[in-house]
Amino acid sequence: MFSLYIHIPFCVRKCLYCDFLSDAYSTELRAAYAEALNAEIKREAGFYRNRRVDTIFFGGGTPTLLTEEQLEELMETVWKNFDVAEDAEISMEMNPGTADWKKLVRMRQLGINRLSIGLQAAEDELLQKLGRIHTWKQFEEAYGMARAVGFRNINVDIMSALPGQKLADYEHTLQAVLSFEPEHISAYSLILEEGTPFYEQRESLALPEEEEERQMYDLTEKLLRAEGYHRYEISNYAKDGYECRHNLAYWRRTDYAGFGLGASSFISGVRFQNTRSMEQYLMGKRSKEQVEPLSREDAMEEFMFLGMRCMAGVSAEDFRQQFGTEMESVYGKVLTELEKQGLTAREGDRFFLTKRGIDVSNYVFAQFLL
Amino acid sequence: MDQSKIRNFCIVAHIDHGKSTLADRIIEKTGLLTDREMQDQVLDNMELERERGITIKAQTVRVIYKAKDGEEYVFNLIDTPGHVDFNYEVSRSLAACDGAILVVDAAQGIEAQTLANVYLALDHDLDVFPVINKIDLPSAQPDFVKNEIEDVIGIEAQDAPLISAKNGIGIEEVLEQIVAKIPAPTGDPEAPLQALIFDSVYDPYKGVIIFCRIKEGRVRKGTRIRMMATGAEEEVVEVGYFGAGQFIPCDELSAGMVGYMTASIKNVKDTTVGDTVTDADRPCAEPLPGYKKVQSMVYCGLYPADGAKYPDLRDALEKLQLNDASLNYEPETSIALGFGFRCGFLGLLHLEIIQERLEREYNLDLVTTAPGVIYKVHKTNGEVIELTNPSNLPDPSEIDYMEEPVVSAEIMVTTEFIGSIMELCQERRGRYLGMDYIEGTRALLKYELPLNEIIYDFFDALKSRSRGYASFDYDMKGYERSELVKLDILINKEEVDALSFIVHKDSAYERGRKMCEKLKEEIPRHLFEIPIQAAVGGKVIARETVKAMRKDVLAKCYGGDITRKKKLLEKQKEGKKRMRQVGNVEIPQKAFMSVLKLDDK
Repeated sequence: MFSLYIHIPFCVRKCLYCDFLSDAYSTELRAAYAEALNAEIKREAGFYRNRRVDTIFFGGGTPTLLTEEQLEELMETVWKNFDVAEDAEISMEMNPGTADWKKLVRMRQLGINRLSIGLQAAEDELLQKLGRIHTWKQFEEAYGMARAVGFRNINVDIMSALPGQKLADYEHTLQAVLSFEPEHISAYSLILEEGTPFYEQRESLALPEEEEERQMYDLTEKLLRAEGYHRYEISNYAKDGYECRHNLAYWRRTDYAGFGLGASSFISGVRFQNTRSMEQYLMGKRSKEQVEPLSREDAMEEFMFLGMRCMAGVSAEDFRQQFGTEMESVYGKVLTELEKQGLTAREGDRFFLTKRGIDVSNYVFAQFLL
Repeated sequence: MDQSKIRNFCIVAHIDHGKSTLADRIIEKTGLLTDREMQDQVLDNMELERERGITIKAQTVRVIYKAKDGEEYVFNLIDTPGHVDFNYEVSRSLAACDGAILVVDAAQGIEAQTLANVYLALDHDLDVFPVINKIDLPSAQPDFVKNEIEDVIGIEAQDAPLISAKNGIGIEEVLEQIVAKIPAPTGDPEAPLQALIFDSVYDPYKGVIIFCRIKEGRVRKGTRIRMMATGAEEEVVEVGYFGAGQFIPCDELSAGMVGYMTASIKNVKDTTVGDTVTDADRPCAEPLPGYKKVQSMVYCGLYPADGAKYPDLRDALEKLQLNDASLNYEPETSIALGFGFRCGFLGLLHLEIIQERLEREYNLDLVTTAPGVIYKVHKTNGEVIELTNPSNLPDPSEIDYMEEPVVSAEIMVTTEFIGSIMELCQERRGRYLGMDYIEGTRALLKYELPLNEIIYDFFDALKSRSRGYASFDYDMKGYERSELVKLDILINKEEVDALSFIVHKDSAYERGRKMCEKLKEEIPRHLFEIPIQAAVGGKVIARETVKAMRKDVLAKCYGGDITRKKKLLEKQKEGKKRMRQVGNVEIPQKAFMSVLKLDDK
């Protein structure tokens, strides 16, 4: 299993809650970036000569802000330099209003077979509050076009715990999204990240109370399950067979190579990160920096807290195979304690989060740090 | 050395009135060596000292001033600590001087501390002359301040130099007045040695370096000296005086001179400030007056944040004590905090200085328990215990009565704030003694206050309730009988010994309530509900609850940036490290200290 992540750090306008590495851009910068990105992929692909690529993910920012020509060149670079499996999952993020019919057709032709549409909420008032660039109507149009041009695997991102959002609003969003029957839904709750405008305004945001936030969380699970979606990860729901394979790669700690500004890679037990400075990146020197080799302990910690994000949990057998030691001998005490607190459960050789465990998963994960 | 050409003096001032700036200017405008010493190439010695990198405490310095009369004078400027915690040290430094410069801010006028310091100086028969500083400020009113000095302190001020130490204005005049107004020392160089220790530092190469003023007689290399109070005896290895930043060795120190001596003494405790050094072979009849053993006034528990660092903390305290004889400590254990030390300090400032030095110089993370004073517990069986740790309070049935230390305090305040300051003193169980008006706009309030009411945040409260204008000084008065109780804090039904403290029974409820409120803010939410209770004698008097955590999810996936995710978890874990486990509750270390500041006005 091998994955590629390709980062496009551009957006029309930064949303007020967003702390991803992305910003508004000029056409010159966009062109220079596309060129540097192609160059990086060509330069580095040699390292991964013998790896067959199973998933590719274009994230951002808003990757669909690249022009058709830029997208085409980028995909060509990927195809030419990598051995991409025939059934590879190739996802691209998009925002409503950033791709027209023509561009969507082109994307299909270039081999992109999964779309991830950032909606966040169905109420225009909320969208505006978040600093989103689109309306609900624009989402409807984008979604309709995507289906029409033949996308058979679509994800919709939604958010709960938004400023001023009521439980009823959130239910409305869920219902509205469900009426489109996407294959996959990612449901996040808003997190105020330092350095964002929302963080600065945090005192005056009128965020829902913790209890209401939790009810939104519960509601997601309940409504989506009734509609045939199963929760396979803390924030991700899919119809059978439509789990995002790329995301699972992160949780299962299989190798992935990241390209583009600030992109992360994980290769043979070492984590890398590309430079976060656009200036540096465009100069095209060595892009992988911040190399972080993981110790055995680091790897065990990750195995646990990433694996536990998936509802299937972690397997003691996998642990033994990867580390040559028993999970019980490293985490026996922690797991027993968590089980006693009703936060995790076990079935056969698997350990996984309970419903209460999901609610306080951060607390649970912190227990796995050695 | 011609005694008539020596001037030993100090500078007294209120904080921020410009004491150190004036000292700097004096050093700048004078030379370090006499012409004769220059020719003797003492410079070489200085070079040597510099290479060894020994520095002396700031501001105790010998400088040479060529006066307008054409003569060269030796000035010994002796530093005095500027805080009420160190009153005893101040008094010993003053005893080493023959005169003092009083610096008064031209805009602010006299403050409580100014008064206290001047009285201390006059007590030591020092000749005091005033200097009016900051005359370049737009709000300066030198004539008004001159009158104030004359009226309030009763010293001549009409010809006080008007200066700006910051801008170097009027410094010459100060130097001339030092020559004219500060008397030359007296003392017979042929008499038996009698030298006053006013400070000492520990140097890893030389051992203890004694800072002294020679009152009578002389001392040189080879003299066998005896500390009269501690009885320690050693042979002098080196004598010298203070350059700016160096020790400059010389042949001998004689009556009237200020300088240092070393004698391979390994323990600062042998050379306590205020003690008299004499010649062991030819001792003087009497020690110099005024020596007292320094008493710790404030006690608290110091614990390493990381229990494994206990030996490091012990080593650090040992080293600090080499330089600071007034610090004392003994091991203790706390159920909540593990192994640590109960430490005694001169006052809260001293505590803070030591704490900061431990953290900065020795790289230790500390947990400090609430500071307390020494209570006298009279037991029914006639025994009297000096209680420094609340946990050791005997069972109430064994206690006849208790006493607490009381201070006499003087608070200087502008008249508009008299009301709010009196209210504050009242709240702190103060006993009003009287009030003097000064110059119509200011008053000197006199109170007796229990020491345990002022060691926490009295100073902060005073400043905030007078918009920074009140100043404050105090003296130990003695012990008084008082209705005291032990206030216990229970977290999740378990008593946390490190949070217990002694309080007057009338304040117990108020303090208990505030403690609970504060702890509620500090203790993070757990998976279960946590009651926080304050109790006296087993009876709960206040309660708060930390609600259970309902939701804590890190939903986002940062495009495969696992490192970032892990950092967030690590932050949580790191936070956990700074927690103390009490029962099944984790209490942040800062909670133990934040409860010290409870005044919310």
